[in-house]
Amino acid sequence: MKWLLRAAVAAAIVGALWGLSYVLHEHVIEYVVRIAMLCGMNIILAVGLNLINGTTGQFSIGHAGFMAVGAYTTAYVCTQLAPEVAGVLGTGFLPDAVVFNVGLIAGAALAAATGVVVGVPSLRLKGDYLAIVTLGFGEIIRLLLTNAEFLGGATGFSGDNPTGLSPYTNVFWVFLWVVIVIVVIRNVTFSQTGRSLEAISEDEIAAEAMGTPTTRLKVVAFTLSAAAAGIAGGLFAHLQGSVRPDDFKFDRSIDMIVMIIVGGLGSITGAVIGGIFVGVTLELMRDLSEYRLVLYSLLLVIIMLVRPQGVLGKRELSFSRLFPKKAAKPARAAGDEKP
Amino acid sequence: MTELVQQLINGLSLGSIYALIALGYTMVYGVLKLINFAHSEVFMMGSYFGFFTAVGLGIEHYESIGQTFPLYYAFVVLIAAMAGAALLGVTIELLAYRPLRNAPRLAPLITAIGVSLFLQNLATLIFTPNPRRYPAIIREVRYELGGVVVTNIKIAILVVAIALMAGLHLLVQKTWTGKAMRALSVNLDAARLMGVNTNRVISSTFAIGSALAAAGGILFGLDQLTIKPTMGVLTGLKAFVAAVLGGIGNIPGAAVGGLLIGVAEQLTAGYLSPDYRDAITFVILIGILLFKPEGLLGVVRPEKV
Repeated sequence: MKWLLRAAVAAAIVGALWGLSYVLHEHVIEYVVRIAMLCGMNIILAVGLNLINGTTGQFSIGHAGFMAVGAYTTAYVCTQLAPEVAGVLGTGFLPDAVVFNVGLIAGAALAAATGVVVGVPSLRLKGDYLAIVTLGFGEIIRLLLTNAEFLGGATGFSGDNPTGLSPYTNVFWVFLWVVIVIVVIRNVTFSQTGRSLEAISEDEIAAEAMGTPTTRLKVVAFTLSAAAAGIAGGLFAHLQGSVRPDDFKFDRSIDMIVMIIVGGLGSITGAVIGGIFVGVTLELMRDLSEYRLVLYSLLLVIIMLVRPQGVLGKRELSFSRLFPKKAAKPARAAGDEKP
Repeated sequence: MTELVQQLINGLSLGSIYALIALGYTMVYGVLKLINFAHSEVFMMGSYFGFFTAVGLGIEHYESIGQTFPLYYAFVVLIAAMAGAALLGVTIELLAYRPLRNAPRLAPLITAIGVSLFLQNLATLIFTPNPRRYPAIIREVRYELGGVVVTNIKIAILVVAIALMAGLHLLVQKTWTGKAMRALSVNLDAARLMGVNTNRVISSTFAIGSALAAAGGILFGLDQLTIKPTMGVLTGLKAFVAAVLGGIGNIPGAAVGGLLIGVAEQLTAGYLSPDYRDAITFVILIGILLFKPEGLLGVVRPEKV
């Protein structure tokens, strides 16, 4: 019975997203739809980054690098795969869906593999080595992409068509992946693994003394969050129509950090709010773009000085917390949302 | 053979600049166990302080009439930039790190990143993002010894860097403040219980580290000829890797690490490809974290609970 219910919920979500996508694309101006999709990508980035930076307490400041890996991989795989699939399935929605999702999964997989390579040397150690290694990684990946001729070098990669990469990204796919990423990361966070990750962020030595395999779990969390960044990168590539190394500068990693600090380190719903906040403020501040990073950096410092745990802290927003039933015991409220 | 010697000389002079910056990272890490991301921006600001002091002393006038800048003016530039950077470093510590002394571990790391970004973007706004030609505080004289070109600037860089490092060594080993710094790096709470004014010692650590970074900034300007507001990012990263390579928290280690990174970078640029001169640092970082995370001169300290 339980799986039947879950399947029904999943079908309902897909249906609702389909409807949402139809309504937005048909009846709302392009500009707003674009912002909504960017907010969706921000949510994926923020929820993913939050798993390692918030829940696990290991600070990555180079996630733009994983986004770049995902974006280039998805773009490359889709470009190579599209003619092959078109030969078998023709054109239309189904082949596009197959090509795009294979591309996204490939992007996530390569981003995750890169995450393992970067994570293993730096997460074996205690301390903040991850911060400095990811900072270097973010710079190096841009250097490599700039020198990679088959990916277009500094001018970027836009596939074989003169019109750029196929515009696969739409509201449906963005928010379907938002739901998938949130569900996966929520289930990890509230599982035994998630509790261990929280224990690592509280006190790594104590966690290890209790038998928690700290290195392995840190690498797992980091890999998952790199994979999420890879998916966001793939969605971004096919929204933008092309990918350039300069799309993934350090500024983008900072945007992600602002998202999770605004939302609260360690809170999934907080990360969602932070993602939307950054997506919207980036648009509003478009005219102030030269002051953007000055304002963001001041925001980071001030939030840390006033509320070191982030604006929301570790709290989650949930229906039972927002609309408490009179009879419900207060202890049930925390983290008791339905999957 | 002459090319190798040439690369080594260039590498040593570049490396001594990295070493000066690395000292600031390693001293702050030793005392506070904090990666002071803002340090790379203190280095950049120090370089600009030197630039504006030199302009204020009328270096453009000296250049236009073809005279050399007086040597004692060069020292004024160095001292002014070091003092300005020391003030900046102490202010950063006071405003952004001290209020978070007992906060969760990540909070000061995030403010450090925030301060670094803030300074970098403030500098971009104030100084414009365009690179500036660094004034010739020392006029270049070229010597040729059997095919190897040595300039007096390279020699000056080495001499200033070695003098400053020797001064730092004396300060840390022979003075009361230095002893207090070493005490703090072993155990901050115990040092406080012994009557050490920890906040004052931490402030002086930041002042000294920042002053050394400013000296590095001026030497960097002399060596590379241009400066820009984003120059701190990669140079700071390399200096930090130098600190890790030598053993983070270890002062002689930072000096050795800086020289090694400088030489490795020059050799990569000379024999492999100039495109990969920045990547070699990262390869070294990964290698050292995998095989000898305590660094070349560092000692493994057991974790105590």
